[in-house]
Amino acid sequence: MVRLNPVPFLQAAPLALILIVFLLIPMFVLIVVSFFDYDSVQIIPAFQLTNYADVLGSSVTWRTYLNTFRFTIIVWSVTVVLGFTVAYVLAFEVRGRTAQMVLFLICTVPFLTSNIIRMISWIPFLGREGLLNGALLKLGLIHQPLEFLLFSDFAVVLAYTHLYALFMVTPIFNTMMRIDRRLLEAALDNGAGWWRTITTVVLPLSKSGIAIGSIFVVTMVMGDFVTVRLMSGGQSASVGLMISNQISLLQYPAACANAVVLLAIVLMMIAAILRIVDIRKEL
Amino acid sequence: MTATFRRHVLLGVLCLFILFLYGPTLTILVLSFQGPDGGLTFPMNGVSLHWFARLFQTQAVGDFGGSLIRSFMLATMVMVTTVVVSLAAGMAFRRKFWGAGPLFMLTVASLIIPSILVSLGVGLLFNQLGFDPDWYSSAFGAQLTWTLPFGLLIMFAVFNRFNRAWEEAARDLGATPWQSFRHVVLPVILPSVIGIALFGFTLSYDEFARTLLTAGSDNTLPLEIFGMTTSVTTPVLYALGTLTTVFSFVVILVSLAIMRLLAAKRGA
Repeated sequence: MVRLNPVPFLQAAPLALILIVFLLIPMFVLIVVSFFDYDSVQIIPAFQLTNYADVLGSSVTWRTYLNTFRFTIIVWSVTVVLGFTVAYVLAFEVRGRTAQMVLFLICTVPFLTSNIIRMISWIPFLGREGLLNGALLKLGLIHQPLEFLLFSDFAVVLAYTHLYALFMVTPIFNTMMRIDRRLLEAALDNGAGWWRTITTVVLPLSKSGIAIGSIFVVTMVMGDFVTVRLMSGGQSASVGLMISNQISLLQYPAACANAVVLLAIVLMMIAAILRIVDIRKEL
Repeated sequence: MTATFRRHVLLGVLCLFILFLYGPTLTILVLSFQGPDGGLTFPMNGVSLHWFARLFQTQAVGDFGGSLIRSFMLATMVMVTTVVVSLAAGMAFRRKFWGAGPLFMLTVASLIIPSILVSLGVGLLFNQLGFDPDWYSSAFGAQLTWTLPFGLLIMFAVFNRFNRAWEEAARDLGATPWQSFRHVVLPVILPSVIGIALFGFTLSYDEFARTLLTAGSDNTLPLEIFGMTTSVTTPVLYALGTLTTVFSFVVILVSLAIMRLLAAKRGA
């Protein structure tokens, strides 16, 4: 039964107000403007489906979506394996609560520094005259600098992994810390090897953490435009980049139609993740 | 494979991961001390503070000083608002109230809607209403849609572990709701509140996508840095990167120190 107590209602009101004004109404505006008409200087109120027809009818859109999905799948696979491994080591192999917390903090700190700086910082490492090429040349493994390291799809995936791996590590670590240690001992006592204990005990019990991490990684890669722009050197495309290009050409209704399609797809992907894994018990 | 060997391999993986996280940042830290004739990559061509000095010359980089001040003020505004609003909402969600379900859904949506859509939507809203977007109005609101969900989720985690008996004891001893909040609840959750402040400040200070279309004519620091990546090809870029990273680290370390101090005081 919900009693009409005004106190919690008032306490929640500022949050509700901010999210309504800066999230709900802007999303509504996006949807409305996606039906507008436009010319080279202004947007014209109207109700037409041309923008959607343009978006869905263009092969560029489809190719861009395919490319974005490709990035999402690759980055998701890499971060899920990396995130699970790192979280496992932190939760089960590092001994002592203090050591655990210090190492976890060390992994968390970069997340609180600038993403753009973290992307730029790959330049001296991956560039034509960068550290990696230099080292490989010196070792005689290659005879001319590898060109694909910087400003390529490889660089984009590397940067995504660098930026977002933590969003996978944190929730998985969080879930693993709640696993009853005795379950692992029981598995070992019953003759399960280390690998079997991981796959049959740790992995199933970490599912909700993996799901939360996946939601973060998937939405961030699907909507990204900065990383693709900086790290691919203009050679690759993503849906976010396509939207941001339309914005810079002042084609707002076209950008909005694209944005609505992206929003629908992202929400469907999250719904799919939530269907597979129930994360409610985490909250 | 013996258990000890496996353990060493796994700890090695963790070390490599940490190296992967910090290595690139350390390289630009070193390279920002490049000599005046040095370039964007190794080798070091002498060691100097040349590029840091260049940073403070007006013409070298757009409006470094102005954008730094704006970013700092915006981050402070976002921090204070995030702490107050998520603390209040966190208290609200401990009880049932009308609209709790939809509000929770909205908060989660705020976390998962791609940043560029929020940026575009808020920008268009201001545009349609005839307001000029500015860092202290539209960008402020757009950033809050990113920091508030984090703040609220931290509050959830805090109150899930909170022992209600303490509050009941306060009430039994005749404390008003405000007194029990001020003297019982707040001191217990204070370290986490500092954590929310840290999140609010740093997420705002580094936010790019949500600010891009909402900041109006005056840039914040991340927008300025992004502009530089296309036009600046000297280590001055690294000097700027080093400075902002050092600043972030100082903020993080100070917050962690305060949290530790508070926890130690409580334990004593």
